[in-house]
Amino acid sequence: MLTLDGVGKTYRTGAFGGRELTAVRDVSFTVASGEVVSLIGESGSGKTALGRMILRLVDVTQGSITYDGVDISRLRGRGLKEYRRRVQGVFQDPFSCFNPIFKADRVLSIIRDEFFPGLRAEQWRQRMDGALAGVRLDPAAVLDKYPHQLSGGQLQRMLIARAVLLDIGLLVADEIISMLDASTRIDVLNLLGELKAQGLSVLFITHDLSLGHYISDRTVILRRGEVVEQGATGEVFANPQNPYTRTLLASVPQLHERWAAQ
Amino acid sequence: MALQVKDLRVYYRTLRGDVQALDGATFTLADGEIMGLAGESGCGKSTLGKSLIRLDARMRLVGGSVELDGDILPIGDDEAMRPLRFTKVSLIPQYAMSALNPTRKIGKLIAELLRSRGFDYGRFRPELIRRLELVGLGREVLDNYPIELSGGMKQRVVMVLSTLLDPGLLIADELTSALDVSTQRAVAEALVEFRDRRFVGSIIVITHDISLVYQIADTIMVMYAGKLAEKAPAETIVTAPRHPYTQLLLSSLPEVGVRYSDRKLTGIPGRPPTLLKPPGGCRFRDRCPLAYDKCREEPPFTEVAADHLVACWKAM
Repeated sequence: MLTLDGVGKTYRTGAFGGRELTAVRDVSFTVASGEVVSLIGESGSGKTALGRMILRLVDVTQGSITYDGVDISRLRGRGLKEYRRRVQGVFQDPFSCFNPIFKADRVLSIIRDEFFPGLRAEQWRQRMDGALAGVRLDPAAVLDKYPHQLSGGQLQRMLIARAVLLDIGLLVADEIISMLDASTRIDVLNLLGELKAQGLSVLFITHDLSLGHYISDRTVILRRGEVVEQGATGEVFANPQNPYTRTLLASVPQLHERWAAQ
Repeated sequence: MALQVKDLRVYYRTLRGDVQALDGATFTLADGEIMGLAGESGCGKSTLGKSLIRLDARMRLVGGSVELDGDILPIGDDEAMRPLRFTKVSLIPQYAMSALNPTRKIGKLIAELLRSRGFDYGRFRPELIRRLELVGLGREVLDNYPIELSGGMKQRVVMVLSTLLDPGLLIADELTSALDVSTQRAVAEALVEFRDRRFVGSIIVITHDISLVYQIADTIMVMYAGKLAEKAPAETIVTAPRHPYTQLLLSSLPEVGVRYSDRKLTGIPGRPPTLLKPPGGCRFRDRCPLAYDKCREEPPFTEVAADHLVACWKAM
């Protein structure tokens, strides 16, 4: 469904763009439909750069990204809009994704203006209620409210609802729960599990190995812009082949088990 | 007891009234104890940590007393606290990146700081280098600017710097939350090493990550909505928590080994009460599955077993 083939990203840095910085180098993997793939890496490993390339927020330097057989870097105008209808992203900080001056449900009405201009109020209302119910939000509790009146978990779920309003096939979830509290983050994570059961593919980008392990079917481990290991999640965690993956796993703090002496 | 805190109350002044962020904290910390202070955002854990070293302009000391190594800590008096900061009580802030002056080399920065406190940099330099080497940093970092160091290195520099004068109490606020897992481990282990070598007396590690603090702490204290919920040895908190909030919080943590397809974890429904006009009685009452009539009265924070304190009627 989503296929990355030898994808690379080079940024120009320095005062006149004289220097180059390669953030992502030769990354290939696929996300099948109805599959949760977690992309795990430390800071600077290029995981967010990959997410942004898939969302077409930045261009690909080398290689290609294809979605349903279409190379996304060639999409323009109407084609790009159709792609956005199918692929959406949710990001780390729910608080800064909302304009504090407007009511929070404005993120939903923007979708209506942009993608469903002909829809009647009645039908739109139904669609919105369906999407909110899908992310287990009570419409009465979140509609007509300002962002500061809602909790981080509610705002984050509202952003997922915004994505689900479109008929998306792939959700790019970039660190979506790292800003949430422990007691609510698991609810948002379970929500991804439920959406997956409905056939949605999710690219779950995270630095937290235990969260990736909990939710994903397959795992891709990145280091300095390169894939060091990928495979079925159980396999990668139980039997890591790469020494880097092994160190990473040994460093994860666990409950009930203290770090072994190094 | 190295640190004794009695009925500490710190409120934030706002236009709409006082926010009761820390409402009656009473606990002790043994000499050499590393205590993890855990809880969700807005539970008052950072307020407690900050109030032990510096109350900022919005914070108001309403009541309570703090005693460190037998002396009263004048936390309400900014001027009286000044000579004690860095010498007796020290802090490692969450973002070491913003704690270091970007225009000074590390060595010069430390020299200026020591001089401002009336200490001689030359005399401390050998010890400083020894401690930097202990955390895996060479003496050349003293000639580096902060921008030349990585996040983990900066965090370690700040750690060495804050503990250089062997303070009796160290407050580490979210020490590792901005770091990657592998650096996280190195920094956390260095902290234990410092305690073992007596560079610091007791340490309060403020964190929202219970799994991490479990690795290094002797005891863990859990806070909820401005009040203490439970304090016990780290092992007890993790294996046999008594407060329903601690139990629910721990059961909502995903670990490596738990999969969504095998065992679905659940969160805690609802959200913490507003601290502007908090409800009376137990503050966890509305979200607690065990709540009953008695919970309308405030539960005392009492010892239910040796070294195990809980504020819950059901746990007594």
